[in-house]
Amino acid sequence: MLDPEILARVQFAFTMAFHIIFPSLTIGLASFLLVLEALWLRTGNDTYLSLYKFWTKIFALAFGMGVVSGIVMSYQFGTNWGPFAKLSGPIIGPLMAYEVLTAFFLEAGFLGVMLFGLNRVGPKLHITATGMVAVGTLFSAFWILSANSWMQTPAGYSIETGRLVVESWFDVVFNPSFPYRLVHMVLAAYLTTAFVVAGVGGWHLLRNRENAAARIMFSMAMWLITILAPLQILAGDMHGLNTLEQQPAKVAAMEGHFETSKGGTPLILFGWPDMKAGETRYAVEIPYLGSIILTHTLDGEIKGLNEFAPEDRPNATIVFWSFRIMVGLGVLMLLAGIGSLWARYRKTLFECRWLHRFAFIMGPSGFIAILAGWCTTEVGRQPWVIYGILRTADAGSPVSPVAIAGSTIAFFVAYAIVFGVGTAYILRAMRQDPRHAHIAAGEIYRADHAQIVDQLDSHKH
Amino acid sequence: MDYQLIWVLLIAFAVFAYVTLDGFDLGIGILFPFEKKAENRGKMMNAIAPIWDGNETWLVLGGGGLYAAFPAAYSLLMTAFYVPVIIMLLALVFRGVAFEFRFKSRDHTAHWDFAFAAGSIIAAAMQGAMLGAFIEGIDVQNGHFVGGPLDWISPFSLFCATAVIVGYALLGAGWLIMKCDGPLQGRLRAIAKPAVIWMAANLGVVSLMTTYLNPAYGERWFSTPNIFILAPIPLITAGLLFWLWHAVKRREKTVFGITLSVFFLCYLGFGITLFPHIVPPIMGFREAASPDNSLSFMLVGAAILLPIILGYTAYAYYVFRGKIDDAGYH
Repeated sequence: MLDPEILARVQFAFTMAFHIIFPSLTIGLASFLLVLEALWLRTGNDTYLSLYKFWTKIFALAFGMGVVSGIVMSYQFGTNWGPFAKLSGPIIGPLMAYEVLTAFFLEAGFLGVMLFGLNRVGPKLHITATGMVAVGTLFSAFWILSANSWMQTPAGYSIETGRLVVESWFDVVFNPSFPYRLVHMVLAAYLTTAFVVAGVGGWHLLRNRENAAARIMFSMAMWLITILAPLQILAGDMHGLNTLEQQPAKVAAMEGHFETSKGGTPLILFGWPDMKAGETRYAVEIPYLGSIILTHTLDGEIKGLNEFAPEDRPNATIVFWSFRIMVGLGVLMLLAGIGSLWARYRKTLFECRWLHRFAFIMGPSGFIAILAGWCTTEVGRQPWVIYGILRTADAGSPVSPVAIAGSTIAFFVAYAIVFGVGTAYILRAMRQDPRHAHIAAGEIYRADHAQIVDQLDSHKH
Repeated sequence: MDYQLIWVLLIAFAVFAYVTLDGFDLGIGILFPFEKKAENRGKMMNAIAPIWDGNETWLVLGGGGLYAAFPAAYSLLMTAFYVPVIIMLLALVFRGVAFEFRFKSRDHTAHWDFAFAAGSIIAAAMQGAMLGAFIEGIDVQNGHFVGGPLDWISPFSLFCATAVIVGYALLGAGWLIMKCDGPLQGRLRAIAKPAVIWMAANLGVVSLMTTYLNPAYGERWFSTPNIFILAPIPLITAGLLFWLWHAVKRREKTVFGITLSVFFLCYLGFGITLFPHIVPPIMGFREAASPDNSLSFMLVGAAILLPIILGYTAYAYYVFRGKIDDAGYH
């Protein structure tokens, strides 16, 4: 019961799952805020300022929770995974140090100006601060995805007397799976944010379809979904091909294939992968589709899980289902985009109740898809923590199981309180009428805007 | 200077930046129980709201830097300090979200005030206890930590915990005396006065106990000619504390500056005592270091980015200079 490896993994998975939710939202929101502020400065339309203030409140809450849960992650490498930290330090350490230097300081340094500084620095410096925060979130994604990808597909290193030495930093940073993972994750973050914004917009439209601010955010978010959902499916497909090349056992688990079939592999839509029996029960299959998707040919061969030694197989039951949740949500996202195009064509985007309801229900879909995707990729790389180099079983600290169990329970309780309350505050902020968000301090900002318009006019003359 | 030495100094710099910058943030939380008015508590929080995030980032650079540059030491220390690190992190979670939640909650301000104060006090206490346990040394055999999860608790480490709490409170008071005015400022001066005496006593006791804990530490300070070269450090510290005692009553801006200088001299003394150990008393920083090409790769980034970071951090402080305005949060 008190197996320290399982306990440490439960704790890591739990704290990670909580943490990843917040950056997924703040990466997208930061860029959205930048666009809103730019639109406000360009057009002078105060509705954009209202939307900016409205989403800034939500951003600040999500960012705060992301920061505190992220600090926990950075120390957990050492507390629960000492041998991993010792071995990986020379490679993962510098990547994370670059994340701190390029991203964390940038975000934290300009966040204060972004949240509190509009009337102190003026709009031009203020939009620069918003931009810096947005860029910072993307730098952060760059480095953390590089570190994670390196653990999945290590490259550019050699092993000298039991320690890792870098041969090429370029190969380490741009390791074989990194470009695919980065694109897939950043698109996922933008899509997640788009669905949150569309969900909130849809909810306000259901209450009052004349709400100008709700109309703007709903329309903007739906455009983003229409463009990004198909792109994400394309990126996911390319990422899958890369995984087939780099981590074939993971793909076998995702597909639920235990036996290698010589060409014409079917796609198993649903079923129950049984690890003990070594087969997928109750499989519903589409002939040839597996080969078509994974090899882009009719008769491509896909290795089954039974080809790998039993101790090298990831848990197919979990990976198979988490992958299907992610893909299923991706399909629904695509449909939402198509639905909005249809509504736009019929000029009923703001009258179409079922679309607003659908957007509202799909509001949290991005988070679920990201968690499912994260589960697929992380459980799928087991039993390795650094693929082919260090097994998870050998990576844990020599800490007493009681200490890990105790800290895990403490994290459960603390996170339940803090993130439960935080989510409640976010939902409450989302319920406010977005048209009135800027009124609290609006006079100051209007004065600012009048100034800019004057400046722009004097440039023109 | 080689890469290993440069990185020891850089991490030492990051940790010092953390201790002083987040030190005054935590200090404000430690002072919260002394101020009952919700309105004044809001002012105290607003005095750091725009900058605390950047201050806390130095903690990540210190920890992340140790992981990257001296992974053997990081893995040993985090294992030995498992319990206090986890408690500190949980305390920082509550204290960190309190900044956002306090102003968002309508009916539960008092709860988040409590979380902010308790989180700050507990985080400071854990940092002090770890400092004490670090000086005392951890149980290592064949490169593995072999002690128990509660080894970090000792009379000395608990004393260090109170010393850090008082020190941070004084830093926080110094910051607030600079940023506030009126009756609130007067109350802060009244709290800071006895704290100076308390801090002076703490420093004396911790310094003397440290030199007895390990003969090598005493040797470093009391052998000739070291005793003559190093004597200015405690003497200047004593002078600064005396000045601080007077400044607390009538100065507005110097209180924070003097406290900062006292922290710097203590930190310097601490470094002189322990150098070159990174896990006292068994591991020197050279044994714990990453390969040179990892250290040089990071150094390129640090050399370019740290000056830029210090630049925009200074700018952010400049933007929010002067007394706290009542315009409020968001």
